[in-house]
Amino acid sequence: MVVAKAFGSVLGFFLCGALLSAGPLKTGKLKPGANPPNYAAFNRPLSEEDQLRHALDRLTFGPRPGDLERLDQMGLKRWLDEQLHPEKIAENSLLIEKLSPLTSLNLAPPQTYALYESEKSAGQKGPNPAARDLIDAKILRAIYSNRQFAELLDDFWFNHFNVFLNKGADRYFLAVYERDTIRPHLFGKFYDLLLATAESPAMLFYLDNWQSAGPDLAVRAPNNKRARRGLNENYGRELLELHTLGVNGGYMQKDVIEVARCFTGWTIRQPGKGGEFFYSDRLHDKGAKVVLGHVIPAGGGMKDGLEVLEILAHHPATAHHISLELAQRFVADDPPPSLVNRMSETFLKSGGDLRKVLQTMLKSPEFWSEGAYQAKVKTPFEMVVSAVRAANANVDSANALAGQIQKLGEPLYRKIEPTGYSSANTEWINSASLLDRMNFALALAQNRVKGVHVDTGSWESQRDPLQVARSILGALPGAQTEAAIEQQGGAPNMVAGLTLGSPEFQRR
Amino acid sequence: MPSRRVFLKNSALAMFGIGVVPGWLSRAVYAQETPGTRKKVLVAIFQRGAVDGLNVVIPHGEQAYYALRPSIAIPRPNGSGTGAIDLDGYFGLHPALASLKPLWTARQLAIVEAVGSPDPTRSHFDAQDYMESGTPGIRTTSVGWLNRALCAEPDASPVRAVSLTPDLPLSLRGPNAAVAVGSIGDFQIRDTHAASAFEAMYGSSPDRVMNGTARETFEAMRVMQSIEHMPDAPKDVSYPKGRLGQSLRQIARMIKADVGLEVAFTDVGGWDTHVNETGPEPHTGQLANLLRDLGDSLAALSRDLGDRMEDVTVVTMSEFGRTAKENGNRGTDHGHANVMFVLGGNVRGRHIFGHWPGLEREQLYEGRDLNVTTDFRTVLSELVGKQTGNREIARVFPGFRPQPPLGILV
Repeated sequence: MVVAKAFGSVLGFFLCGALLSAGPLKTGKLKPGANPPNYAAFNRPLSEEDQLRHALDRLTFGPRPGDLERLDQMGLKRWLDEQLHPEKIAENSLLIEKLSPLTSLNLAPPQTYALYESEKSAGQKGPNPAARDLIDAKILRAIYSNRQFAELLDDFWFNHFNVFLNKGADRYFLAVYERDTIRPHLFGKFYDLLLATAESPAMLFYLDNWQSAGPDLAVRAPNNKRARRGLNENYGRELLELHTLGVNGGYMQKDVIEVARCFTGWTIRQPGKGGEFFYSDRLHDKGAKVVLGHVIPAGGGMKDGLEVLEILAHHPATAHHISLELAQRFVADDPPPSLVNRMSETFLKSGGDLRKVLQTMLKSPEFWSEGAYQAKVKTPFEMVVSAVRAANANVDSANALAGQIQKLGEPLYRKIEPTGYSSANTEWINSASLLDRMNFALALAQNRVKGVHVDTGSWESQRDPLQVARSILGALPGAQTEAAIEQQGGAPNMVAGLTLGSPEFQRR
Repeated sequence: MPSRRVFLKNSALAMFGIGVVPGWLSRAVYAQETPGTRKKVLVAIFQRGAVDGLNVVIPHGEQAYYALRPSIAIPRPNGSGTGAIDLDGYFGLHPALASLKPLWTARQLAIVEAVGSPDPTRSHFDAQDYMESGTPGIRTTSVGWLNRALCAEPDASPVRAVSLTPDLPLSLRGPNAAVAVGSIGDFQIRDTHAASAFEAMYGSSPDRVMNGTARETFEAMRVMQSIEHMPDAPKDVSYPKGRLGQSLRQIARMIKADVGLEVAFTDVGGWDTHVNETGPEPHTGQLANLLRDLGDSLAALSRDLGDRMEDVTVVTMSEFGRTAKENGNRGTDHGHANVMFVLGGNVRGRHIFGHWPGLEREQLYEGRDLNVTTDFRTVLSELVGKQTGNREIARVFPGFRPQPPLGILV
């Protein structure tokens, strides 16, 4: 015993050095080709039935009972075309009804500011109604919207251009940011989306650009207490690293500074009161700049920033970075480079037409392959929403669901870092979150989630527990899950809870 | 004490069945027979929001301190509860930290002054990330310093790295298994039938992403269950009721149970005192309340662990300090250098480490903040090296040129 232990500790020490010297530590994003995986699975096509399931798993927040049959009846091709043109789809009247009490969603930032102020003076504790409405609406749309793919893309692009709700004045800007900055461009041109974010008070505040000024200028802070001076590189860096080129996109520190100089003067009038974007020539650095080899002559004013956005939006590195992120979210963590390259070509040829890039992805054999099938682990948001959909639950209040999503590790609108949430499988499977997923599954099926009601009648009418599992998964579970369910027996809502908490249900 | 061992033998082993006892658990059960296997533990407490270090450890010997803070300075030691508690004739503790004074006297508590990050940012958001990732200035680091501090060990305890927070903090994220535990009581599936069904379906699942983590989870859950029924803190130890006190109480339970805990993390917020940092009297108000909670929590942990403090080092940190000069709202704004506490049985206590740069205008960073004279990574490097046995400091803090240790630990 003692000998074995001594050996263990020596080995442990040895491994410590060995592991750490093995190479750079793993980062969140995967690079195709970095670790050649078995791409062969992306050459094996899915059966027609699996294609239907795959479409619902990947392009919606998970199937509700009956969705598979409806899709089969409609035909995959027509369904895909509709999802790519959400304006053709009539919105679910139930969703419209459930969103109507969330009145703060329609406010302009100064009114949201006023709402915060009045709540504060009324001594209101707990989350502000504006923040609550925002979070509830996101959950309700994901559950009830008929425009499911658009809702997934909204989540994708908000996350790509992430802004943190609780950073100062951003709480006044966020509803408008999602509504007017992100949503209109989901199927539009990348340049338009990029420009909208660059001009949004939400982003300008979040990444501090609103206080960035030319080098020779002393600026009075709005509270007039002390002078502030100089360039803020925060937005310039994230614009290159996260929004466009990607971390290996071929820019240097010098480019970060030059880009930041171009954006001096892109600021906000009275940010603390929910004011609007404006260009201040007084704050602008008027000298000449060189960005990625492009000379931007002196005296360009606001055009400097616009020119930078043009350069970046049509850059091959951006085309690749955006295509890779989309493929990582919708195909697999390590998507085949062949697919990413074709999406990237479409991006460049079409001038950054996002619908065309998505069409390239959705027409690809790789998307409809075994390599992609069930290859993604659901994020907490996806898990909770898909469980509510699978259980066909009625949601009167999304509050408790928001709490569950937060507990699972993805507080909505509250990712502090500009990176947004990762969609990588490894990010979402840790001990506490796994137990929390299981507990949530049991609680949902047993009607213990506040504001959410499951009609368990359809489960109770099943004679065979496996049929309950099938109605939730859209397919029979794997052998291990089947055995565990059969051995457990139990009430139908227990079977449903076990199924919602099963490994199969954690994937999409 | 024997009751603990008997309990573990009878219940924990029974849960696994003889012959399939994981190594970490047998180590835990037989810990008392082989005292050398008791793990050293490093506990990190993050004070989120940037604590005003100058009002935590008071430079009462410094005239400039009183000139800069006419309404919020803590008075010089005066023998009453309103003034600083003198430590060495020049520095003193905030009076709300009275419960730390005995630990100072007993040489269990050390202070590091003028410590901080070389990065100049005054953004909470960046500075916390930089401190937690251990890579100031690099925002994309996704692995935390406490995760890198762990050695890859076969057969490691499922609860070797624990955070008493709702999510896994950046400090602990990375390739080594680490669990976020809201509380020991929450880390459970109460329905035992459901729990065993889940364990069966996950444990044998062909899904490789899931089954490994699930095994860790159920192992950790059993550890939590075994701890849940063990005797809690002795009656004469009372932890404050807030989240910090209760987190430390649970960390103490894991330490006393010898279940293989190596690094633990918790955090406490509320330190961003721009307005009304103190009440009408400087020794009262928001900061005083927070410090009382901190001091009482640390003192309770120390009492609770008793002799086990020999194996434990606790360190406090905060993203940056606050302006040397008070602002117009009886508060302070974002500054630079700060103060760290190091508490433990093997600490060279009753000593203030670091180099005090002074508070005269020309001595301040950018004319307004306490200067950083010690990189926070110098402090953490020493603690990692001596508490976790990890000698690869250059890998724990990539890009950091290791400085000679201050000698905080014996």
